[in-house]
Amino acid sequence: MRYLSWRKLLAVVGVIVLAAAACSPTDGGDEAKEVTVVGSWGGSEQDSFLAMVKPWEEKTGNTVKYTGSRGLGAYLTTAVASGTLPDLAGLPGPGEMAQFARGGSLKPLDDVLDLATYRADTVPALVDLGTVDDKIAGVFIKLSVKGFIWYNTANYSGEAPANWDGVMATDSGDADSLFCVGLESGADSGWPGTDWIEDFLIRQSGPDVYDSWVAGETKWTDPAVKAAFEAFGDVLDNSFGGTAYVNSTNFGDGGNELFTDPPGCLFHHQASFISDFFKKQGGAADGDFDFFVMPEINPDYAGALTGGGDLFGLFSDKAAAKDLLKYLVTADAQQVWADRGGFVSANTKVTTYPNAVEQKSADAIHDATVFRFDGGDLMPATMKAAFFTAMVEFAENPGDLDAILAGLDEVQATAYEAQ
Amino acid sequence: MTAASTSVDRAAAATGRRGWGWSRIVLHVIVISLMLLWVVPTLGLFVNSFRPASDVAQSGWWNALFPPWDFTLDNYSRVIAANDLGDAFINSLFITIPSTVIPVMVAAFAAYAFAWMNFPFKNAIFVAIVGLLVIPLQSTLIPVLRLLAGAGIAGEFLAVWLAHTGYGLPFAVYLLRNYMGSLPREVFESAAIDGANPATAFFRLALPMSVPVIASLAIFQFLFVWNDLLVALIYIGPTDPENLPMTVRVASLVSSLGGETHFLTAAAFLTMILPLVVFLGLQRYFVRGITGGAVKG
Amino acid sequence: MQNDLVTAAIVVIGVPAVLVGYILLTERLIQALPEQRQGRIRPWFWIAPALAFLIVFLIYPTINTFVLSFLDGQSKNFVGFDNYLWFIGDRGTIEALRNSVLWVVFMTAGVVGLGLLIAILVDRVRYEPVAKSVIFVPLAISFVAAGVIWQFMYQYQDPSRPQTGTLNALIGIVGLGPIRWTQEQPINNFSLIFIGIWMWTGFAMVILSAGLKGISAELLEAARVDGANEWQVFRGIIFPLLLPTIFVVATTIVITALKSFDIVFTVTNGNFGTDVIAREMWQQMFTPPGNFGRASAVAIVLLLAIVPFMAVNIRRFREQEAIR
Repeated sequence: MRYLSWRKLLAVVGVIVLAAAACSPTDGGDEAKEVTVVGSWGGSEQDSFLAMVKPWEEKTGNTVKYTGSRGLGAYLTTAVASGTLPDLAGLPGPGEMAQFARGGSLKPLDDVLDLATYRADTVPALVDLGTVDDKIAGVFIKLSVKGFIWYNTANYSGEAPANWDGVMATDSGDADSLFCVGLESGADSGWPGTDWIEDFLIRQSGPDVYDSWVAGETKWTDPAVKAAFEAFGDVLDNSFGGTAYVNSTNFGDGGNELFTDPPGCLFHHQASFISDFFKKQGGAADGDFDFFVMPEINPDYAGALTGGGDLFGLFSDKAAAKDLLKYLVTADAQQVWADRGGFVSANTKVTTYPNAVEQKSADAIHDATVFRFDGGDLMPATMKAAFFTAMVEFAENPGDLDAILAGLDEVQATAYEAQ
Repeated sequence: MTAASTSVDRAAAATGRRGWGWSRIVLHVIVISLMLLWVVPTLGLFVNSFRPASDVAQSGWWNALFPPWDFTLDNYSRVIAANDLGDAFINSLFITIPSTVIPVMVAAFAAYAFAWMNFPFKNAIFVAIVGLLVIPLQSTLIPVLRLLAGAGIAGEFLAVWLAHTGYGLPFAVYLLRNYMGSLPREVFESAAIDGANPATAFFRLALPMSVPVIASLAIFQFLFVWNDLLVALIYIGPTDPENLPMTVRVASLVSSLGGETHFLTAAAFLTMILPLVVFLGLQRYFVRGITGGAVKG
Repeated sequence: MQNDLVTAAIVVIGVPAVLVGYILLTERLIQALPEQRQGRIRPWFWIAPALAFLIVFLIYPTINTFVLSFLDGQSKNFVGFDNYLWFIGDRGTIEALRNSVLWVVFMTAGVVGLGLLIAILVDRVRYEPVAKSVIFVPLAISFVAAGVIWQFMYQYQDPSRPQTGTLNALIGIVGLGPIRWTQEQPINNFSLIFIGIWMWTGFAMVILSAGLKGISAELLEAARVDGANEWQVFRGIIFPLLLPTIFVVATTIVITALKSFDIVFTVTNGNFGTDVIAREMWQQMFTPPGNFGRASAVAIVLLLAIVPFMAVNIRRFREQEAIR
């Protein structure tokens, strides 16, 4: 290290000050026309989202600055608590949306959207789900339809059994077992099991019980909820590889056994998005697989369907941000993503899909007589986390069911207070 | 260069690097098996980064080493073609270099004072600084983001430079103070007798004698910042995503449902190249004798 | 582009110049003072930049955390020691505490032990740079990728299928397994801790190796000429001289192990009896809307847990000052 002379030092410091002064004004200029968006979409989803906003960018001359992060919960908790927010953001779920809206950081969308068209074009249940205290706080863009029973077209005729007993009574043929279940999903392990419980509960006991369970009014130890767990227990008894396989297999690999020779299983219960995993991880091609919607259990509730979706909300008063949100809910915008595949639209005017599986998924949601949102996603986050963990525990030790449900009741007793 | 190589030779002689015998063979066996144990996991990732996702899901990485070979560069081309990856690489450099230089230098100043100056509450302050190591980063995010936003620098590189400096300092001060404190007292005493002021002694003696430890500290700080995702995402993300580093871009190659993780295998190696080059580049400072040479010089 | 060049100039020249300039400038100012006061004032100038950074980025947030730990989840009402009582009374706490202790003990022992062993052994082989690079690689890998790596190592497949996980394939050769490495208790905690050891041993190795290179070659040579065998050289010279550095590394790893939550979080999320205290804190903080009271209480507990280690550190630094 050599000594710097006084004069050199002053010169260097001077250059830095000048440089800093020179670079700061350039930052402010066109910021008004940039819209920052944060969402959980990554990979090909991110590409499709950017393709979706492209026409808007071209029309308005604004730019969308998108950041994808799967840790949306942690990100938004910090951002909201410190008041440093993006313009638009994906929201982890309806529960969080309500919290952010009541806290005042989410802006109401009633004046932003073209309400009449939005209500007319959107699946009604989803409009309601995005509403907090009679104001629209969030919109759905991308949906996933749950409760599909997938099969390999080479192993199964494709005829949907009339009811759930029919599914359970199906001869698994060459396949080792009737079902494949994979619950592992890193920090979210267990969620595929929660979908099973929800699908059983709504078909066994109907939407009213489902709603009161989601709202924390029906206890976990209630016979209706326990019956759903027991039905899932029967599935586990008939699933490939038993407990060890179920808990150590990633949900994305969960359907791979449909396509092995000899097949490990005949059926795989999973949401509409799984077809993408069949193709990328299971080595299947379009046409190798198909699905039927999980059939009724109690005929009174036939046609009930569950689904999930990605919510979007507005955190800023910028005109460009409002304009972008208004654009995102239109059929024109959503058709762009639909055309690129891997997408089921919340907008009923989006009618053409690039392949039969996605077309059938969209039709299923439009044909449903009763549609309910993913129960876990509607619960307070602490309840949801406990639900996930409980599914892992149940798969590991089905005999502990009563203790597991009692534990969930304990969480339920306090989880809803914070809401 | 000759000076370096003779010191290496001397070191080799001192530690008995040459020759064979039972103890030498045991030595090689232990070292090589540890190397294998450490390299196999990474090797698996490396092989898999050249395989299609469906192969990875269905067979172990070692299967790819036998015919029929089915390697592909798709994972790499997808990562390289990702949005703004080049810009993100430059951002990573702009974030990482000052976030390494500032804490190392600031810590060196403080460590020198803690090691060779006397002032009240010296040990208490020092231990308090080390104790700050245990503060989980997460519990600082919200208050610090409020401060940065209040100062109007959230979203700027400056925000993460300052934050990484703060987060890196406890370890840096700890490590450097420990090393500087073990330098021989006579050196500083004779310098003081020769009329050198503390700044001169610091730049001419303490720093050069601490080169190996400064090099290792620089490597770690560089790595932590280079691989950091959380700090950048939180302090830059909402305000100015154009300044986000590579880690955030790479993480967003994975779909919201956790699909497409196979791109991470390729991304891991692409993002690893620079830190490895830095490590190899700084290796020459880990040679025996460099400290002694500095003292004599 | 213009902007990038300016940033680059600041990055490469500006930042170091400001820092060096600060010391030279303050030294000039101090020199202007009467000699007696110089010595009293100087140290504060030298530690001032570090203190300023620490106050803003760590001390102020810590005080904030301390205050929050006595408030409710949304930091609105004072709740006294409720958050601490919750921590003590929570069902999972005992298990999380036990696992955190396992992490601290085994990760520290593994990292320091292996780091020291490797640093000393590679000092004696000609392929030292290669060997060190290999051990160092895990540090250079991003955490996300490390997760994928260990998935390939620990993967479990049904016994009727070929194993895709490296370990299960290996033990399969001798007819064992397959084992669910991350799920079967008690092995799963050690599987997770080993990931930590694998990631951090390079850290210990680099620092200990740097310390080792600081030991004068003449000293070692002299001992060997005097007929000391390698073990005696290690016991008599290397170990005592390296002890302060070992201490620094051990303290750092203890703290790292205590804070470590990301391995557990991404691999098991605390299921199968693998929960640790730091994950509990993450969960309380970032499960929306975030229970900042409980999360802060856990952070303060972590802070208290290292007090004994800090006390030992104080004693050691006093000793170092006394003998030199």
